[in-house]
Order: sequence, then structure tokens, then C-alpha cells
Amino acid sequence: MKTLKKTWPFHVMLLPAMIFLIIFSYIPMGGIVMAFQDYKPWLGISGSEWVGLDNFRYLFEREDSVQVIWNTLFIAVLKLIFNLVVPFVFAILLNEIRKTALQRGIQTLVYLPHFLSWVILGGILIDLLATGGLVNRVLGVFGLGPYFFLGDNDWFRFTVIVSDIWKEFGYSTIIFLAALAGIDPSQYEAAEIDGATRLKQTLHITVPSLIPILMVVGTLALGNVLNAGFDQIFNLYNPLVYEKGDIIDTFVYRTAILNGEMGFGTAIGLFKSVISMILILISYRLAYKWAGYRIF
Amino acid sequence: MYHKTTGYRVFNVFNTIFLIFLAVLCIIPLVHVLAVSFSSKAAADANLVSLWPVGFSLEAYKKTAANPLFLHSLWVSVMRTVVGTAITLLITFLAAYALSKENSVFKGRNVYSWIFVFSMIFNGGLVPFYIVIQKIGLINSFWVLVLPGAVNTFLVILMLNFFRGIPKELEEAALIDGAGHFRTLFRIFLPISLPSIATVALFSMVFHWNSWFDGLLYLNNAKDFPLATFLQTVIIQQDMSSMSVNPKEMELISQTTVKAAQIFIGSAPILIVYPFLQKYFVKGMTVGSVKG
Repeated sequence: MKTLKKTWPFHVMLLPAMIFLIIFSYIPMGGIVMAFQDYKPWLGISGSEWVGLDNFRYLFEREDSVQVIWNTLFIAVLKLIFNLVVPFVFAILLNEIRKTALQRGIQTLVYLPHFLSWVILGGILIDLLATGGLVNRVLGVFGLGPYFFLGDNDWFRFTVIVSDIWKEFGYSTIIFLAALAGIDPSQYEAAEIDGATRLKQTLHITVPSLIPILMVVGTLALGNVLNAGFDQIFNLYNPLVYEKGDIIDTFVYRTAILNGEMGFGTAIGLFKSVISMILILISYRLAYKWAGYRIF
Repeated sequence: MYHKTTGYRVFNVFNTIFLIFLAVLCIIPLVHVLAVSFSSKAAADANLVSLWPVGFSLEAYKKTAANPLFLHSLWVSVMRTVVGTAITLLITFLAAYALSKENSVFKGRNVYSWIFVFSMIFNGGLVPFYIVIQKIGLINSFWVLVLPGAVNTFLVILMLNFFRGIPKELEEAALIDGAGHFRTLFRIFLPISLPSIATVALFSMVFHWNSWFDGLLYLNNAKDFPLATFLQTVIIQQDMSSMSVNPKEMELISQTTVKAAQIFIGSAPILIVYPFLQKYFVKGMTVGSVKG
């Protein structure tokens, strides 16, 4: 009672956040029981028939859903790798530019796409990547194309991965630039005296100094192995590329919301949430062990 | 000195050119859209426009400004951004202050932390969420754009870390003088927290301005759409069925130059706040993701 007398303002301050979290995070979590039901909206959760693990069995028997899981993994893992490697290299290269104004200018431009939504960028890309669009016109000058970047199953994944790197690489660079700024300059001075070239300095001082942060960013990204980017895919895809381009989140939207297979949709969502949670917990554990990283 | 070697100089020239090329690549698409929006319809339809307007014309902006659906969606977007950001700021500010206390001062803090963290690492998925929104009567309501995203754990952590950086003596002095925690928070912490409040506000504004899926999912009537959802339906899906427009109005929306103008207007607010954003987000990102 005595502690409550002292801490009541804290509980009051947290009350609004708790109300929102309970309504919009925790009550929906209860709804996962629908994954074990043949849910019918007019019967509700209490009235719908229980079907055990049927929805999950169905998930692995249906050809389209297995393909969708594979697509998700493929796109997400490639994005994950490139979104580590490209910013890493870019940060090191940018760090070599000594003119501060130029460095700032480049940063300003490369961070920008991160803040525009995929609706805006999707609208722009659909226009740019059309058969008569700017990209195909430029390629045409070199005698290439035209390519159906967004209408061809072989090109679609490529387009999705490249455009995602294009949007995010600049922003992901920030973390590496911060780490670069923290390297002790005396290390470089010592190497200089020993006559090490800049390339040797980069390989033996810069890269090793960035490895811990690379490990942290990489492990924390593990939780996204089933997040292939709903906003992006949804705004770029079309029925022509469902085969290679459809991912779990877009598939759930179409089967559950548009086709009304609510129980099945919940089951796929649950499958994704559980696997993601396990991966996140593992990655937090690893990041803490290796680098002492904590979120709170 | 490595700076003086020929090898390094050659590298430096190529490196600079390469990085400038990449930087330009990041904004060329936007420049192209801007150029198309100021071009004549004929030039745009014939794919003649690249980075400079061909047959300069303001026609597209005039048509966009004459479209009541577009204007109304702009209004909805402004409203959701203002109201949503205000709610998020208040909730985040209060929660972060309490969570920034030591476990010894605030017994029970850990329980709250876990409630926040667990909401971040697990979710019920799209379908149960949709049904909850339906059950509490938010379908087709303006509030569906504002309330579900009001608490963002990332922003709470961001502000919490800022509060942790404030010297403890400041708070102790206030408490000894007899001020309660609420008074301390609003009288002493608020004025010195303006940079972190600005950071949270900017992140929240960008989030609201860019959100489109909630509008598509929970609003059935195009008249209620925020701008991002309007653009999604018109430009990406090219589906005007929910808008009940006649062929003449259709032209107001779907022409290439008009689309470009709408895209540009849709991204303009982000471009306007971008310089301020850039000032804060670097700090926000490094604080939020990695601590020593």
C-alpha cells in the first residue's frame, strides 16, 4: 500500500497507453482461436465450428499457399542480405569523402526515399517501369529491352528487391555512419606511420570496427524473415505475377478479407506471427549476448 | 600520407562520381513526376517527358484542384495527421516518463515494459484485428485512422531514452520542493524535452500522412478516404468503382499528367518537413536502435 501511494502517478500515466494496447493489441491476440475454427461472421467466435488443425493442414496442402510461403522467404531473405551489404559498403565509401558539404548533400538525397510511402513510390515506379516508361527508353538507347519489369514473373522479384534497396539503403546507412564516427582516429594515425595504404587501413581498421554493429543489425533483422514488405508488393503487383510475387501478407488479405476465408486467413497469420516471434526472441538473445544490446 | 598518393586520388575521383550518381538516382523519379505534372497532356501521353516539362502547362494542377474528391481526401489527411499526432504525443509523453524510472523507484515497471515489448513482437494478425475494429464500431469512422496506431512502442522507447539522459538532480529538486510527478513532468520536463517531442511528432506525422491501408480496409466510402488511400485507389488500382464518378470526372482523375500532379501533391508535405525531419531522425534512429 505504501509503495502504491508513491507510485500511483506512474500507473495513471501508463493508463492511456495500456487501454490502447489492450484494445488494439491484446484483444486481437485472443482472436487467434479463429485459426482453429471454420469461422463464419454470422455465427461469431462462440458459434463457429471447431475444426482443430484443419486450417493448418490445409495451409501446407494447398499449392498456392506453399508457393506463397516460399516467395515470402525468397524475397525477404534477399532483401535482408542486400539491405545489410549495400549500406555497409556505401557508408565506408561515403566516409572517404572529406568535403563535409558534399557528404551532407549526398546524405540528404539518399535518405529521402525512405520517407515516401509505397503508394507514392509505387505510382512513380509503375510509370517509370512501363514498357514506354523512362527506364525502358534509357535502356532502349543501349539497344536493350523493353522489359516487363512489373508484368513478368521472372522480372518481378528482381524489381521488388532492387526498388526496396533503392528506397532503404540510404536510411540504413545512418547506423554505420554513426559507428564510423566513433572509431578512434589514433588507430589510423598509427597505421599511417607504419606506411599502411588506405585500402589496408580500411580492411584492417574500418571493417573490423564495423563488424559488431553489422552483427547487431543483422541479427535484429532476423525477425523480418517472413516480412517481405506488404506495402511494396501490394502497390506493385498484379495478377500476372501472383505466381512469383505473392507473399503471405498479400495472400492473407485476398483470401481472408476479399474471399471471406476468415479461419484460414487467421491460421496463416498465426503461422507467420509465431515463427516471427521465435526469430525475434532468438535474435534479441543473440544481440544481447554478442553486443550487450537491449531494447529497454 | 595516403591522401597524396596517385592511387588514392584516382579512387577519390571515381568514388565521388559514383556516390553523386547514386544520390541523383534517389531523386530522379521524383523529378520525373514533377516534370510530367507540368507538361502538356499530349507530350506526356506520347512519353516525351523525361526530366524537364515538355509543353509547359498548369492544366493538371487546375484539374486536380477542381476535383472535390481529391480536395476532401486532402482535408481528411490533414485532420488525421493533426489529431493522430496530438493523441500519440500525449500518450507517448506520459508513458515514457513513467517507464524511464528505475525499477527501484517504480515497482511494477517491468510488468508494463513487458506489456509494451510483447505487443511489438507478437500480434494476432490481420483477421482478428479486423474483427475487433468491426466489433467496436470503427468501420467507416474517421477514428479508425487515428486510434489503432496511437501507441507506438518504438516512439515510447525513443522518448524514454531521452528522459533517461536528463540529470536526476533536476527531478529530485522538483520533488523535494513538493511538486508531484505530473507537475514535474509538465513544468520541468516538457520545456527541455522539445527536441525529443519534435522527433516523435515528426515520425508520427510521416506515419499518418503515408498510411493508406487502414483507409482501404476499414472505410467503404471513397468520400471518407485520406489522400494516401485515394491515391492508392486511383493511381495504383485504377479502380474508380467506389467513387461513383461519371466519365467526365474520370478524366479529371486518370489522365497521366493529373496523376503525376496528384502524386507530387501527395509527397509535397513530406518534402516540406524533410529538412526538419533530417535534423532529428539521425539522433532518433541511433538512440532507438543501438545503445552501448
